Amino acid sequence: MKEIDYEQIPILKIEDFLITSIQIPLHDRLAVKFQRDLLQKIEKTKAKGLVIDITAIDVVDSFITRILVEIAKMAKLMGVKTVLVGMRPEIAITLVEFGVELEGIMTALNLENGISLLRGVTNETNEERNVG
Amino acid sequence: MDDERVVEVKSEYDIVIARAVVRAIAKDMGFGLVDQTRIATAVSELARNIVVHAGEGIILVREIIKGGSRGVEVLAIDQGPGISNIELVLRDGYSSKGSLGVGLGGAKRLVDEFEIKSAPGKGTTVRIVKWLSVR
Repeated sequence: MKEIDYEQIPILKIEDFLITSIQIPLHDRLAVKFQRDLLQKIEKTKAKGLVIDITAIDVVDSFITRILVEIAKMAKLMGVKTVLVGMRPEIAITLVEFGVELEGIMTALNLENGISLLRGVTNETNEERNVG
Repeated sequence: MDDERVVEVKSEYDIVIARAVVRAIAKDMGFGLVDQTRIATAVSELARNIVVHAGEGIILVREIIKGGSRGVEVLAIDQGPGISNIELVLRDGYSSKGSLGVGLGGAKRLVDEFEIKSAPGKGTTVRIVKWLSVR
């Protein structure tokens, strides 16, 4: 299973935000690597927001939920807000019945809305700083 | 009807295969997208349970017919340590290995029938069924 090591989830930067789209099934090792890559990228780019796109994900089980919640918590510790975008309707239905909650993660319908949401919340933080 | 598929589950990569096989069968049988997702999510939990608790096992998928209804039945079988308190593992919030604690209980809510047979040292068999609703 050597080729597994070449699996990578790209992380792009636009304005003050990092954008990543999960297109391959996450497994433990990849998830750990993805978390580490994201945190390093946050540090390097001084990003203020993170968008995770899950349009390509067809199953959100308790494992991937935990990974997403952990990422948002870690990003928060580094001062970064996370928005999850692109959740398919059937996944939203399944998640609610399943009973898991994406605690601490903002959501938006799509990438565009996600970016506007982040612009809003990061601007608020800037204004608060300026006033103070 | 020999439409029976067996997926050996030995590593977490097999979890992805198991749910893809189940989804394909459910889709062929005429299950809608939401039901396919419910079934695939439940199977994902069962397969992960095998990998985490037993190390290896099998997932068996087949079409069943009962009283004129068609359904998909999935058996998750392992020879692992077994479960001593089944009620406890089905309770929300219960987690033995640092997961979210919704795994099996959550999976149960996504299907029509859910059954666990297990005893300490005797392995675990989980059986789930989703019926195709008649329209």
